[in-house]
Amino acid sequence: MNKPRPLYLDNAATTRCDPRVVEVMLPYLTEAYGNSGSRNHAFGWEAEEAVEKAREQAAALIGANSKEIIFTSGATESNNLAIKGAAHMYAKNPEGQTGRGHIITALHEHKAVLDPCKRLQKEGFDVTYLQPPADGVITVDMVAKEIRPDTILVSIMWANNEIGTINEIPAIGKLCHDKEIIFHSDGTQWVGKMPTDVERDNIDLLSWSGHKMYGPKGVGALYVRRRKPRVRLEAIFDGGGQERGMRSGTLNISGIAGFGKACELCQHEMQSEGERLLKFRNRLETELAKAIEVTQVNGNASKRVPNITNISFGFVEGESLLMGIKDIACSSGSACTSASLEPSYVLKSLGVGDELAHSSLRLSMSRWTTDKEIEYTIASITKAVLHLRKMSPLYDLFKEGVDISKIQWQTH
Amino acid sequence: MAYSDKVIEHYQNPHNVGSFGSSKEVQARKDVGVGIVGAPECGDVMQLHIQVSDAGVIQDAKFKCFGCGSAIASSSLATEWIKGKTVDEALAIKNTEIVEELSLPPVKIHCSVLAEDSIRAAIEDWKKKNGHATAVDTHAAHAH
Ligand SMILES: Cc1ncc(COP(=O)(O)O)c(C=O)c1O
Ligand code: FES
Repeated sequence: MNKPRPLYLDNAATTRCDPRVVEVMLPYLTEAYGNSGSRNHAFGWEAEEAVEKAREQAAALIGANSKEIIFTSGATESNNLAIKGAAHMYAKNPEGQTGRGHIITALHEHKAVLDPCKRLQKEGFDVTYLQPPADGVITVDMVAKEIRPDTILVSIMWANNEIGTINEIPAIGKLCHDKEIIFHSDGTQWVGKMPTDVERDNIDLLSWSGHKMYGPKGVGALYVRRRKPRVRLEAIFDGGGQERGMRSGTLNISGIAGFGKACELCQHEMQSEGERLLKFRNRLETELAKAIEVTQVNGNASKRVPNITNISFGFVEGESLLMGIKDIACSSGSACTSASLEPSYVLKSLGVGDELAHSSLRLSMSRWTTDKEIEYTIASITKAVLHLRKMSPLYDLFKEGVDISKIQWQTH
Repeated sequence: MAYSDKVIEHYQNPHNVGSFGSSKEVQARKDVGVGIVGAPECGDVMQLHIQVSDAGVIQDAKFKCFGCGSAIASSSLATEWIKGKTVDEALAIKNTEIVEELSLPPVKIHCSVLAEDSIRAAIEDWKKKNGHATAVDTHAAHAH
């Protein structure tokens, strides 16, 4: 197992757990193994104390009150609880009927938002999926146009996980508050990276996940607004009534303690970290564009989180490109890398041509990314792209002056 | 998913990369057959040029490929295999032989199918140019 490990630039998929987080977690697996629900002995008290501390840390990161934090198993669960929980609670008609209410979301949301919405459609809710524009940014006007008298919920992610684009969240939240519509945001790629204040930003429900912000996997949180308006949710898990009845089940004490610590660290470090990551991102984008003709950074140029860049290298297929940079762990929107052999639905929804979607790489950086790694990455990608272009029939056509997007291919 | 050593070797040192000229030039050459198969929307485009003697022997072959590492390896291998073969011998090559040689996993079988298709398409093109009877329609892509 001592093989050199690849350099890690896939932090939008998951991050390394910060050693300072691990340190906080360990005692709750070894000595302090109590159940926070045990009210009558020291083991229980100790566990409860850890959970309440983490709740404070999580709340502080987003400007919330600790009573407004529900711990979950991650952003998938938080999104499910927020979307299904709110839809069921605020439904216009009872189960078994149609016209139960209208929900607005967008086509380039994470599957953990899209699939709960699809299930609600089967249950009699109407869902509008906003088509993102070419730059990927959902604006308040786009949402405003789709609001109907029966709209009960809007769910728009804060930052997109594939391209890092930032939607107009405070403004969309304000619109929803004015119209008295519940507003949920999937903040998985935003919280901990960018300053967040649920009051200023008009959020009712906010999901995020530990493992995207240097915390452990399998633990996340959902912020549920308690005042103006008081948001109510129908629980998905029924049982012991933990988390104010919204999420039954014995709490993952060590995970939650680690999650809290991760929140605290992010709160203190996000500003300096963000500045550093932005420099890296800019360097990657400008130097790769300089070294390689026909590259395209996907998504809005400026409205993006600093740690993610998504670049298409024309005429080169993404999986073969990943193979050429084997010692860099990152991901591609190429069909060849996906089990379904479909290119990234996020890039497709932006209208990025299939050919450029196949040619895309997502590089996402972390707290531990170094200058040297960025330098190495630029050199490796450049070398691999040039190697592959020598083999690319599409590059030849481009050189001959043929517009590839205009070719009609005969398939079999 | 890990790649077999053979796929990696072909990826790093592909055999017979290139062409016998621009698309216009090869169109005008009777001794060259051109096969372009696949489509960008499913991720793969394979281009095969073969140079064939009057007696129907493939004297040289060149490929270009937009596709995954397995597609690149399949086309590289295909060019090796068809060189020196008669067109009829080349037509007998099956994608399953490529799968076996490169130890391709099931999800990568279609990449080897492309290689087989490109051989067929290139030979059909050569036959057509030289007035030989051709099989069914070709898989060749057309640039408009
Ligand atoms: C935007 C977004 N939402 C939700 C998720 C799911 O998070 P989790 O793995 O914590 O369930 C992810 C991560 O894959 C994500 O990037
Ligand atoms: S070319 Fe797409 S999987 Fe091989």
